[in-house]
Amino acid sequence: MRNEPDYVWPRADFTRIPFGIYHDADVYVQEQFRVFRGPTWSYLCFDVEIPNPGDFKCVYVGDTPVVVNRDQDGALHAFINRCAHRGATVRREEFGNAKDHTCVYHQWCYSLKGELMGVPFRRGVKGKGGMPKDFRVTDHSLHTLRVESFNGVIFASFSDDAPSLVDFLDEPICKHLKRLTHKTVKILGYQRQFIHGNWKLYTDNTRDPNHGGLLHPFQVTFGIARLTHGGGAVLDKRGCHNISMVEGDSDSDEDASKAYEDSGSGAYMADYRLNDASMLATQKEFGDEITLSIMSIFPNVVFQQIGNCLATRQIRCKGVDAFELYWTYYGYEDDDEAMTAHRLRQANMAGPGGLISMEDGEAIEIVHRAIKREADQHSVVEYGGRGEIKTQDTLITEVPMRGFWAYYCQLMGIEANGAAA
Amino acid sequence: MTAADAKEACSDLLAEYAYLIDADRLEVWLDLFADECTYQIVPRENYVRGLPLQLMLCENKNMLRDRVISLRQANIYNIHVDRHLISAIRYRGEDNGVHTVEANYAVFQTNQDGQSRLFSVGRYLDTVVDDDGTFKFKDKLVIADTASVPTLLATPL
Repeated sequence: MRNEPDYVWPRADFTRIPFGIYHDADVYVQEQFRVFRGPTWSYLCFDVEIPNPGDFKCVYVGDTPVVVNRDQDGALHAFINRCAHRGATVRREEFGNAKDHTCVYHQWCYSLKGELMGVPFRRGVKGKGGMPKDFRVTDHSLHTLRVESFNGVIFASFSDDAPSLVDFLDEPICKHLKRLTHKTVKILGYQRQFIHGNWKLYTDNTRDPNHGGLLHPFQVTFGIARLTHGGGAVLDKRGCHNISMVEGDSDSDEDASKAYEDSGSGAYMADYRLNDASMLATQKEFGDEITLSIMSIFPNVVFQQIGNCLATRQIRCKGVDAFELYWTYYGYEDDDEAMTAHRLRQANMAGPGGLISMEDGEAIEIVHRAIKREADQHSVVEYGGRGEIKTQDTLITEVPMRGFWAYYCQLMGIEANGAAA
Repeated sequence: MTAADAKEACSDLLAEYAYLIDADRLEVWLDLFADECTYQIVPRENYVRGLPLQLMLCENKNMLRDRVISLRQANIYNIHVDRHLISAIRYRGEDNGVHTVEANYAVFQTNQDGQSRLFSVGRYLDTVVDDDGTFKFKDKLVIADTASVPTLLATPL
């Protein structure tokens, strides 16, 4: 593709990423086809968000608006939210319940399966006007996507070449997804964060557990996630997904304080204490020692567990220079009032106003701004070592980021041949 | 106290609230809240659908203090200046010493290049109490029409 002469990938192990790849509008367009409409699966929403026949929700896959709905038999369907006639947005409300989807522009009417059912004045009036006699409604359905649901989480794919969802996710992701959805989910609400940066800076961010123990002093100081913790990053067979996991009880404040001091990092602040520490009281609810996990599923979602604060973060592309993070917070149907209140209290740590995660918005924007005219320069991705891309038993690593780039380049037809090392 | 006096006192409190945030005097801003208070920012899209999730939730004054301390000591955020415009103040009355007041707000943020942007627009639904002769917020609920937070939400709205 056009990218090859423009950008140099000097290391075949993706320890160098050319900055131009984050700022090129042509690359952005290619990504929409090769990544988001390629042989991949994108997260749409939870099935409890559209529980009844006729329920629909409007989401995005990359920057393509997509409607996902449940038909009268309860089956899930997804289609591009674009009328087959003249291209208008068919379903304008974000959520709702409908018997059909009728475009307001010329009232073309589609079934919940996305089939065109009716075109007003198709035969004209008194023999005049209307559509040609050979016009067939069956040729003008909405562009439908493949839909599969895993444990109540709905994904869609544009591609007939995509493997099954379970194969695409692979065993470690399926296992962790089951862990996070081991009971019926209850939606607590939504947050949105509009970040002025390229979407891939965010997929980098969540595949870099190392930054978590440096950029976010709140979680370092209060032992939520720091580099002295046990844990690591589990990769799938393709290396494109990643689960970063932290065992929050695996170090002591004394050890952490000393390690951070010795390493010259100011992220551990021994004198900083909370007046109300109730949000730190995480309850172990998964039968394991993992108190924080950030699961990045290629290409468009992150599943977050920060203590008992559970959320998905859907990446919605808004052009080469911006994306929206759409956060869906959830608990479980059998949570009592106290547990719901606790999850909401812990939500103070996440989202655009999160005591932990607000920093990511700033980190992405300062990178995006600084690299604008540095297309031929590279980021250095060597925490965790060079060479093989594999599961990590430390948090001081950014190897999962290289896994993303390896798979991304495969989809984009980019060869990182190391030619200009 | 007449309703007109109470309305004026609520209006003054809102003006002081705007001034102290915009002047980055958040430690003094805390004094505008009664000892028993709550502070919440909720995206309007959740509020109208009856979903409880907030953008910021301080269930008591200590949590509000912690927000300010965290901003000063722990958080890293975009360097900016805030400017509040508060208008359409509606004094709704008093019940058992608790006054209810509503207002519209717009917060503009200006960066170091002097570029300003609309950061958030929405509504305040507040209760106010007379604390030894000084009106203070008891429960402050910020309903943000701007559900899609530009960049990040660090300083209170």
